[in-house]
Order: sequence, then structure tokens, then C-alpha cells
Amino acid sequence: MQQKKRFNTTFWLLIVPVLLWLVVLIVLPHLDLLISSFQVKNSAGENVFSLNNYLAFFNNDIYWGTFLKTAGYAVFVTLLAFVISFPVAFYLTKVISKKYAGLLVLLLLIPLWVGELVTVYGWMILLGDHGVINHFLLFLGMIDKPINMLYTDLSMVIGLLYMSMLFMVVPIMTTLESLDDAYIEAASDLGAGKWTIFTKIIIPYSMPGIISGAIIVFMLVIGDFLAPDILGGKHSLWFTEQIYSKFLQTFNWGEGAAFGFLLLFLSSAIVWLALKLSGQKLEKVGS
Amino acid sequence: MDTILEIKKLSKHFADFTSVDGIDFSVEEGGFFSILGPSGCGKTTLLRMISGFEEESEGEILIRGKSMKGVPPEQRPVNIVFQSLALFPMMNVKENVAFGLKRKKLQKNVIDHKVAQMLGRVGLSGFERKKVTELSGGQRQRVAIARSLVMEPSILLLDEPLGALDRKLREHMKIELKLLQKELGTTFIYITHDQSEALVMSDKIAVMNKGRFEQVDTPRELYKNPKTAFVASFVGESNRFEIIHKEGDVLTTKGQWKLTKSGLDFTPVVLYIRPEAFILSPTEERKDISVFEVTIKTVLFDGANTKLSTFAQGSDDEILISLPQNAHFEDLCEGDTIQVGVHQDDLKCYEEE
Repeated sequence: MQQKKRFNTTFWLLIVPVLLWLVVLIVLPHLDLLISSFQVKNSAGENVFSLNNYLAFFNNDIYWGTFLKTAGYAVFVTLLAFVISFPVAFYLTKVISKKYAGLLVLLLLIPLWVGELVTVYGWMILLGDHGVINHFLLFLGMIDKPINMLYTDLSMVIGLLYMSMLFMVVPIMTTLESLDDAYIEAASDLGAGKWTIFTKIIIPYSMPGIISGAIIVFMLVIGDFLAPDILGGKHSLWFTEQIYSKFLQTFNWGEGAAFGFLLLFLSSAIVWLALKLSGQKLEKVGS
Repeated sequence: MDTILEIKKLSKHFADFTSVDGIDFSVEEGGFFSILGPSGCGKTTLLRMISGFEEESEGEILIRGKSMKGVPPEQRPVNIVFQSLALFPMMNVKENVAFGLKRKKLQKNVIDHKVAQMLGRVGLSGFERKKVTELSGGQRQRVAIARSLVMEPSILLLDEPLGALDRKLREHMKIELKLLQKELGTTFIYITHDQSEALVMSDKIAVMNKGRFEQVDTPRELYKNPKTAFVASFVGESNRFEIIHKEGDVLTTKGQWKLTKSGLDFTPVVLYIRPEAFILSPTEERKDISVFEVTIKTVLFDGANTKLSTFAQGSDDEILISLPQNAHFEDLCEGDTIQVGVHQDDLKCYEEE
């Protein structure tokens, strides 16, 4: 009995903070948003149940058009992040010695320390009409007038890529670290060339890492606000900006909440689809 | 029989040490050849040079008379079973075995047929769709061997593939590997630090130490007539005695034990005697036998491998003596004194360590 009681005390001590966190900080605000997403004010100014907030999304092609564009760019940035991150992760885990790898990973982390806003401003300095890159190209005589890079989709993609890439590198590094070099030698011994080893052994082996990196990058990018807002300019409308304007510019909290949930469900659906298509399981990817 | 592999003056130097130091040997077609040596003796480097993963510093490797210089691993007619087995974890048994055949761009039905046949040979029919992570240690072993053998290599290289198995399975796999090799007729080159594996399976064994071969011989010869002190100590169990004095035919050990050995034309520094070379209570007066009395310190009971730890009278050299398994010696116990003889041919003397 004594034993059981002690166990219960510990059990509650451990579970209460978790439950408080989940209920107070996650479940309650979301419930509140969920309720307001299904409410509109009638002529008397009372809140009544309605699906209009959700219908607004599907009836207005600006909204779902923005969502499609956002999702498309998020997928694109995720693919780019993979293409750039994989060689980086491979280099850090399999090519150079452990001693230097630690230092280089530390360097990769620096953008995280200074925060997204600072890195975004950093890119503004680099990409602006009178920025470092244009200045340099003009100086070399490769161009006669500045190229417009800032406030375009290009600058937005660069910003999104820059802030999310590390979250692709780290999970891939983790899976590659567990890749026994003997697999590569065994494949080579069985007659496989470099390309076959890469596509048949290394990529399939690191698939869990790639997919978990891809999910994180995709979610970060699709839900990002700073990079599209500051670097993207007027034409690069991002779905989070729509939500922002609903809440803070038109004060239409109902539609804002509905759009928030649509973002959540639609992006989750895309992740689910990607998992199905790649044949990976969420539990395996998560570990 | 034809020579399938010929190694000429092969060396491998690394920045700060020499791993393989001018080795010459050849392997006959269809044989089971083992390279036995302690860890760090260079045997894995030697194997990696044969398979092409390591480039030789000097010397030449010939397979069926063809030089392997500059031939990459994927093009050599050898396949290797890795110490870690290196089964591809994301593939099932069939995909693992078919991996090499697919690289040869064979037709699908040919691949299916070959894989099925090979899995049948190693006793894994019906395991095609199993994940390699679901197999037992012995089954994984067999998949690794099947994956290499299905490529029909001239030589199969095995890098301590039994190391990771538990003792019982290892004993079983030893016999199974030997039978498989006999049945298939493929030349096996087997690397191990376990002398029992080498003795049981091999047609020929090379004992390797510090980058050189100490002796290349049949298991029986290696055990009966070790040519160097290293072979005597590494292969099988032996009593080791340091010799400090030689007068005529009488050798004196460090522990003041005197033994007679005639016909020695050098002064030995070390002497090895196998525990089973001792004859307990030698009845008749046999020729060339030194007879002495020993006192039993302890009986080390281990079934058929039971040994007596003893001291020769008037010396402090510990001598391990195998206890013959018959009722006659069953009652021997601590403190007993017994007559023991040893034939002088069983005294293995060496000039240097």
C-alpha cells in the first residue's frame, strides 16, 4: 500500500505540469479559437453558429490561391533545403574528421543564435539594390545597373531557406551517423558504382532523417511570417499574412481563426500525404 | 590443383607503421584457407587489399593469374562477408541477396531463380520477404554468405564473420560453414583470431603476426610441429617455460626444472609443451621419455577438457597436464603426487621468442 501511494504522488507530480501545459497553453486557446471560427455576429451583434468563416476561404479565390501558392513554395523550399542540406550533412558526418565537424556544426548554428529577424535584416543588406551583392557585381562590371532581388519571391525563398535549412541538416546527420561504412563497402563489393550506392543505399537508409527534416522545414516555412513579410514585398503574399491581416487589420477574428485551422489541417494533410507517398511511418520518423 | 590466388611480396605501409610486411603466399582452387592472427596483426588489411578496398604499397595480387593492380572492388572476382555482415537494413532478405545480381543487369527471372536457389542452399527458403532485422544471428550470417556467394565469386573472403555470434551458435556455424564450402567448392579465405575456428574449418592455415606469416601449413602440422615460438603459443594450448641453462642434453628452466632433449644444435630460450603431451604414470620404460614426479595443486574440472595444475618436484614451474578421461585417474586430488613422463619430441624448443 505504502509503495502504491508513493508511486501515485510521484505520478501526479510528474503529470500535473504536463497536463497544465497542454490544457492551459495549448488546448484552451485552440478551443477558444475553434469556437470563434464557427461564429459570426448577426444583425443584433450576437454571436451565432455559422460556417461562413470557412466558406469565405473557399468562395474567394484570393484566399485559397494564396494558400496554394504558400503550400507550393513551402514544398519547393523543402526540396531545395534537402538538395542543399544532404551534401552538407554527408560531408559533416562521413568526409571530414569528427574534430572539425563539431566546429562546423557550431558555425551552422550561428544564425539560430542571432534570431530570425536579425538574419532577415542581414539578407536585406546583402540583396538590396544598393546592397553588398549588387555593389560587388557593379564593381566587377558584370552588370550596369542593380538587379532587383529584394522584395521578390527570390529573396523570400532565400530567407525561408536560410532560417529552416539547419532543421534539415541535423536529422539527416543523425541518420547518416548511424550508417555503417561497411554498407557502402558491401554495396561496392557487390558491383555497385557511386551513383547506385547513393540512390540505393545512402538515400534509402537516411529516409527517416530526410522525412523528419522535411516535415520540420515544411511546417516552419508554411507557418513563417517574418521572411515573407519583410523579404517578400507586396507580390509575395503568404497565407500567414492573410491570417495576420484578419486578426490585426480587419479585426475579423472569426475568419482569422478559421484560416488558422485551415492552415493547420491542410498542412497536416500535405505531411500525411508525403508520409504515405514515401512509405515512411510517423513513429519511425519521429524517433 | 590450380592456384587461384597468388600474393607476391605484398606490403602495406601506413603513415606511422607497417601493417603488412612483404607477404608471399598462394591459395589453391577450392580450398578453405584461413589467416589466423591476433588483433592488429594486419590480417584485415591483407583481406582489404585482396578485395580492393585498400591499395597495396608494394607487391602484387594475382587472381587466376591476372594482376589486380588498379582494379576497383566492384570489378574484382572476389566477394567479402563483412565482420558486421553489413546486411542492408532497409531491404528484405531477397532484395539483399539480389542486390549484386541487379547490378549485373541480369533479367528478372534469372535473378529470381538464382536467389531462390542460393537461399535454398543456405537453408533459408521461404525467408525471401523477411526483414533482415527479424532474423536470428545465424540466419543473418547465412543471408550475408548467400548474398556474396550468389555472385559466384572466384574467391569468397570472410572477415571474422562468426565474431558477433554467441558461443553455441558459433560452434554450430563452424561446422556449417565447412560443409557449405565443401559442397559449393568455392575457395574461401577466412580471417579469424580464434584458433579453434581456423583448426576446425581450414585445409590450410597461415599464422600471421606483426604483418608477416609465421607459418603456412595444414591444421595438423601447425598443431603438431609449430615452427616458431609464436605459433606454438598462439595455436592450441601450451605450457611455456623459459630456458636459462643448457648443459649437454639437459635443459634447465627458470623454475629450476630439468628436462632432457637430445639433438639440439642451438641453445633454446623458450620451450613449449602441450598439456596432452604428458603421460600419466608411464608404466613401461619407453625410450626418450623424461620421467619426473609432480604434485597436484588443483584439479581444473572441465568435462573432457579437465586439466591438472601441478608443480614438478623441486621446481616452481607451474605445469598444466591434461587428465585422460578414464576411471583410472578419477580419484586424483589436490596434494597427490604422481609420476609423469614426456617424450622428448614433444618438447618444442625455440631459439627466440
